[in-house]
Amino acid sequence: MQITIAHLKRGERGIITDVSSIHIPLKLLEMGCLPGNYVELVQLAPFKDPMYLNINGTHLAIRKETASHILIDKIEL
Amino acid sequence: MSKQINVALIGNPNTGKTSVFNSLTGLNQKVGNYPGITVEKKQGVCKLPRGVKAHIIDLPGTYSLNASSLDESVVIELLLNKNDKDFPDVAVVVSDVENLKRNLLLFTQIKDLEIPTILVINMADRMRYKGISLDIDHLEERLNTRVALISTRKNEGIDHLKNLITNYKDISVTPCLDTSEIDKEYFDNLRKAFPNQLVYKLWLVITQDVNFGKIDRNEIDAIANFKTKSKADLKRLQQKETIKRYQFINSVLKNGQTIDASQAKDLRTKLDRVLTHKVWGYFIFFIILLTIFQAIYDWSSVPMDFIDSIFASLSEWVKDTLPSGVFTNLLAEGIIPGLGGIVIFIPQIAFLFLFISVLEESGYMSRVVFLMDRIMRRFGLSGKSVVPLISGTACAIPAIMATRNIESWKERLITILVTPFTTCSARLPVYLIIISLVIPEGRFFGLGYQALTLMLLYLIGFGAAIISAYILNKILKIKSKTFFVIEMPNYKLPLFKNVVLTVVEKTKSFVFGAGKIILAISILLWVLASYGPGPEFNDAEAIVKKEYASQNLSEDELQRKISSQKLEYSFIGITGRAIEPAIRPLGYDWKIGIAIVSSFAAREVFVGTLATIYSVGSDEEETIKNRMAGEVNPILGGPLFTFASGVSLLLFYAFAMQCMSTLAIVKRETNSWKWPTLQLIIMSSFAYVVALLAFQLLK
Repeated sequence: MQITIAHLKRGERGIITDVSSIHIPLKLLEMGCLPGNYVELVQLAPFKDPMYLNINGTHLAIRKETASHILIDKIEL
Repeated sequence: MSKQINVALIGNPNTGKTSVFNSLTGLNQKVGNYPGITVEKKQGVCKLPRGVKAHIIDLPGTYSLNASSLDESVVIELLLNKNDKDFPDVAVVVSDVENLKRNLLLFTQIKDLEIPTILVINMADRMRYKGISLDIDHLEERLNTRVALISTRKNEGIDHLKNLITNYKDISVTPCLDTSEIDKEYFDNLRKAFPNQLVYKLWLVITQDVNFGKIDRNEIDAIANFKTKSKADLKRLQQKETIKRYQFINSVLKNGQTIDASQAKDLRTKLDRVLTHKVWGYFIFFIILLTIFQAIYDWSSVPMDFIDSIFASLSEWVKDTLPSGVFTNLLAEGIIPGLGGIVIFIPQIAFLFLFISVLEESGYMSRVVFLMDRIMRRFGLSGKSVVPLISGTACAIPAIMATRNIESWKERLITILVTPFTTCSARLPVYLIIISLVIPEGRFFGLGYQALTLMLLYLIGFGAAIISAYILNKILKIKSKTFFVIEMPNYKLPLFKNVVLTVVEKTKSFVFGAGKIILAISILLWVLASYGPGPEFNDAEAIVKKEYASQNLSEDELQRKISSQKLEYSFIGITGRAIEPAIRPLGYDWKIGIAIVSSFAAREVFVGTLATIYSVGSDEEETIKNRMAGEVNPILGGPLFTFASGVSLLLFYAFAMQCMSTLAIVKRETNSWKWPTLQLIIMSSFAYVVALLAFQLLK
């Protein structure tokens, strides 16, 4: 199974590997959600949705559904 | 040099662009709308060295030139249209030192349009806390432009920026990105097809869905023929473009910026741990709301009583001083009480806008969006609907415009439809005056009953919005992709100057906007109340004297009987009594009926209307509240404003759709009359039924 941002737990990090899915709005890419950039899960709202992320220094929140389309390699701490 | 320089301020949201604008222009600014659309247009004038003047336009915040909303398309429309009178001689891109990488994306796009582009790096005062150091010379060299490192908070670097703007002609316009890196073949073809055009500009025209009304017609036709790529292919190229741009930016920052993370003192992490916490986050949000309402109620009561008494004595003074006649009566009984009915609410409205602007400026509002998204989604709304629903407590009109950043059309439409249920500041006057009449004073755990009632009314409005959203979500069959991206900006202490400017600006437009309507309506009402058609009006004195001839009435009482006879048979009395059967079951008399009808122009007219109607024919110096308290129920006797009729009236105003301007905005934002018409009918009939039930159960 491929790991996506939706699988991250609080405080965990990963490197984005693929965002080519049509489910990802261009706006998200422009905010730095691109392959090669790091992502950290900062905080979860109740029911783990939406997810508060730090992507490449930009702090933003997206819904779990969108997060499940962004593939990552997890960085083990 | 006599020509003034056109400057466009551009930047991502949350970069302090407005602070830069305020620093450059001071109070020399005006806010209007772009023609035909409701996007706010802020312009100002700035004095530069050597007597040069700059005309500065503050464009809406945007993350890139790929527009996804009406606000953002304003930016690109202006930048692509050389013939626009506001077309910038120089663009100033405002960035935030902590998010330089992301901010530079927009910078490279604008520079590629071959417009001289100055980079402003704002919030320099935060560099030390974040362990950031910048090599400005290196950045200037690699980006091929001039850079101004400034701090609006400390007021540093503004003069340097002014110098750079003055000398904009020295700035290179070489693009940052070579378009052939994206897709050589495609862009080479494009270049061949339009040798006289800038390729990047064509590319923007092709990829944007915005309407470029002013671009040469032939050009667009030709482009339509050339469009050989499918939508999916174009999106892939846009992705590639974004990646290429970030590669360039990364290479620039590699030597231009160093961040020592160990130096960073992270306020964000500490605050977010509490403010976005599963339990504490919601608790704190609730406490903040509670504080706001208590404050609005308690803090503003003193200035309000003061204003009320000033207007009462002004009316009296006019009557005593000016020669008696029609004009004096119009002034003392029509215009002054009518205006008093609006001026009195300035303190509350200013407080409300103060709180809202502090919540937004501090970055807290985004946390609320984050906390509420999941809950709101259950009702067919988005977390971003919270912003319209909260700012709807000021006014539904900007609130409905604030729905534009909601990505899903269905979520956006539902938000637009339910936002008018939230308690806007125009309802506040009505609530306050009725609460003070029918709700007893006294305290419950330190909170006044009256303040609690006000809080309850806000909750009712919010509840009505949520429940109707839930129903609409089930009924509306609209398929639209839902996605949701929101930036979580850094926490900032709101800048005093920004907050004050917002409060002054918004209060002014509230008072003058409503003031015009109220002035017109109070003149109209006064005329209608002071004249009548039949003998019952014109011979009122004779009739009353005859009727009460047998009783020994004092002169005062007789005068009062004459006045009320006159009012009853005046034009307004006749109209009022015609509609009275419809509102009698709700516990209102015809005077309240007239006030309700006239408040369809704007809710706050209610108080002014009653003030005008009640003051016609009364001689004593009285405040609005006292006049209302003195009104007698014509059938039951006893005071007209009882607990039952008061509650009924409060509920009616809580639910009824009584604002023509809101309906007009809903029409514009949904592009159809269907939605505002439905809103008007459903909300108002619901209000009627609820008010009816309330009065019948409580009386």
